[in-house]
Amino acid sequence: MEEVVRVDKLSFRYPDGQQALADVNLTIYRGEAVALIGSNGAGKSTLLLHLNGILRSNAMVKVFDRPVDDKNVRWVRSKVGLVFQNPDDQLFSPTVFDDVAFGPINMGYSETEVRELVTRALSWVGMAGYEQRAPHHLSVGEKKRIAIATVLSMSPEILVLDEPTSNLDPRSKWSLIGLLKKLPKTKIIAAHDMELVRALCSRAIILDHGQVIADGTTSHILADIPLLAAHGLASTGRL
Amino acid sequence: MVRYSFIDHYSDQDSFIHRLDPRTKLVTTLLFILAVALTPPNSWSAFAIYFALIAALFLFSKVPFFYVLKRSLVIMPFVLMIAIFIPFFREGEVAGSYNIWLWEVSVTYSGLQVLTNIVIKAWLSIFSLILLTSTTRMVNLLRGLEQLRMPGVMVMILSFMYRYIFVLVDEVIRMKRARDSRNFGGKRLWQVRTIGNMVGTLFIRSYERGERVYTAMQARGFDGQTRTLHHLNFSKADACFGIGFSLVLILTSLFNPLY
Repeated sequence: MEEVVRVDKLSFRYPDGQQALADVNLTIYRGEAVALIGSNGAGKSTLLLHLNGILRSNAMVKVFDRPVDDKNVRWVRSKVGLVFQNPDDQLFSPTVFDDVAFGPINMGYSETEVRELVTRALSWVGMAGYEQRAPHHLSVGEKKRIAIATVLSMSPEILVLDEPTSNLDPRSKWSLIGLLKKLPKTKIIAAHDMELVRALCSRAIILDHGQVIADGTTSHILADIPLLAAHGLASTGRL
Repeated sequence: MVRYSFIDHYSDQDSFIHRLDPRTKLVTTLLFILAVALTPPNSWSAFAIYFALIAALFLFSKVPFFYVLKRSLVIMPFVLMIAIFIPFFREGEVAGSYNIWLWEVSVTYSGLQVLTNIVIKAWLSIFSLILLTSTTRMVNLLRGLEQLRMPGVMVMILSFMYRYIFVLVDEVIRMKRARDSRNFGGKRLWQVRTIGNMVGTLFIRSYERGERVYTAMQARGFDGQTRTLHHLNFSKADACFGIGFSLVLILTSLFNPLY
């Protein structure tokens, strides 16, 4: 199997001294759907921000065998599409079209190409015809879909999502899960919604205190209740 | 919840004015305000023409009259606050004098003239701005500014303002609700402190949001340069409107007896 992302002994400390990642190793292969699970503050988001070079520390992240550094960072960002947790942060333009077109325009596509990419990305997420709508008129579920379209329009090979189902009601959640399932991309999803993990991901990685605790098939990991409980991911049984 | 279109209410309707190119509207609005500001005081005929012009445009644009009037009143307190004392300090022929307690206060004719002049000009200017914003979608207004070569950073700041003002208003409403549900009351000083804390929290939250938004922009290849695709169409109607409008302004100022 082809390696798409390789993280080697990655450590990261925030400027305030907090150790967010310590010696993280992981390899992601093409076509996989991998869940990163961990409690709040376990380092999931920090790890995701490393995958497309927003945060860079000891330069031990490789995407398609190229190190994520100043020279490659633009290229890496076109390969790794990062969808943030809060769509209000991701959608910052006055219209949906402007937002979905933002990435492709920055990548230097021509106008006809940009228009085509926007149309295609919006139809992928089932939001065709929303081009001229304003983000603040949309529901949370619609915003989430548009947020995914804003990175799909850059035709990334790897889709990285931070808590894609947070704040969604069950119906919107399941329709979003169905949508993600159909997208033929490598997916890395940070989540603590176990229903999402079970439905979407074949592999799961547990992260706690910035370290990889376990890495295996989803069915295996989610069945290990004592392990989940030890890292704050399941009830300890004492209520 | 919030009435989400409070910035560009009625701008999604359709009329001859709505369909004009935003650049035409921006430039003519600026010209209008300039002409109004440069009109000598007491040129009642000129002011009448300007009022008629604006009224006619509002009629064409089908924006409800009461809405316009209500919105225009919003700025009046500011104008009055600045201008209300002028009649008392201006020297000249006295229109009336009053004894307030130990003070003798007099109002002069020239002072009153300045006051009416300021009020009329402010009113005309605000009418033209209301006309602009209620016939042009904010998005198009931004594109117009961009194509009129306004610096990209400033257009971006305005666009962020438009995008996030609603998010912020929602946040304020949620904070107020949370505060009231915990029985806000007590001494005035205590209340002021709570409000101060809320303002501070709001500021920090906006600042952090700004950082997250910037990260999201970087993730999609933003490198500090603003790039856009927008083209606007300058049509024959725009040319006609622009020329006609400027003609009215020029003629009004030319045939206006100068003092």
